[in-house]
Amino acid sequence: MSIESIIADLGARIINLEEPEREISGGYCGDFLSNVISKAPPDSVWFTVMNNQNVAAVQTLADIALTVLCEGVEPDETLKARVKDKGLNMIVTDLPVYEAVKAIE
Amino acid sequence: MTALHLEFDVAGNNFVSAGSASDEVKKTLKMLGVGAQFVRKVAIAMYEGEINMVIHAGGGRAIVDIYPDRIVIVLTDNGPGIPDIELAMRDGYSTAPEAIRNLGFGAGMGLPNMKKYTDSFKIDSVVGKGTTVTMTVNFAA
Repeated sequence: MSIESIIADLGARIINLEEPEREISGGYCGDFLSNVISKAPPDSVWFTVMNNQNVAAVQTLADIALTVLCEGVEPDETLKARVKDKGLNMIVTDLPVYEAVKAIE
Repeated sequence: MTALHLEFDVAGNNFVSAGSASDEVKKTLKMLGVGAQFVRKVAIAMYEGEINMVIHAGGGRAIVDIYPDRIVIVLTDNGPGIPDIELAMRDGYSTAPEAIRNLGFGAGMGLPNMKKYTDSFKIDSVVGKGTTVTMTVNFAA
């Protein structure tokens, strides 16, 4: 599954996209960062409603390929800056987490 | 090969820089060609430790020694100490305040994750003085 196909399936807005061709293998849903960092597989897509700067740190350390902010949650300014600075892939969808996962299946 | 020695100051209550020491160590290990599964273990354990110092201890210091076959991470703080380490090690036990939980922390998985993803894990803590966590990850299956 590619990041481009996920963006299309979700009708998502792009916050930052540096590797649109990166292949996704696996996924994880959650907002507690300790769970995410230990359970999200490398190269996965992460669905969350958490939108602060710590999201970028966890995405980087866990090698998460794409973060999907759900329910129309916008990244705060610090997160937006860090995502760009670190070259991370992040998009926003208006769908709730469950609907978003179903949409990309 | 002599050990590669790294030291980092971890700022307390600063979530902008939180994770940067872990990120540096992760990049260094990747550069040294350490296997991805070991780099991942180190990144998880060290991030949890760093975050604990940021949240609970007003910051601290991370001292990292990288050997050909392992990494040793020592995290030292002058925070309040941990009164009951056994309780603190329990999955889901957290003393993080509401504001911290709202940032996505406080799942009570920090110390358990550090133990789970390291090959040796030791806490020395004195109430009112501080805590030292020593962790080793071996670079072999």
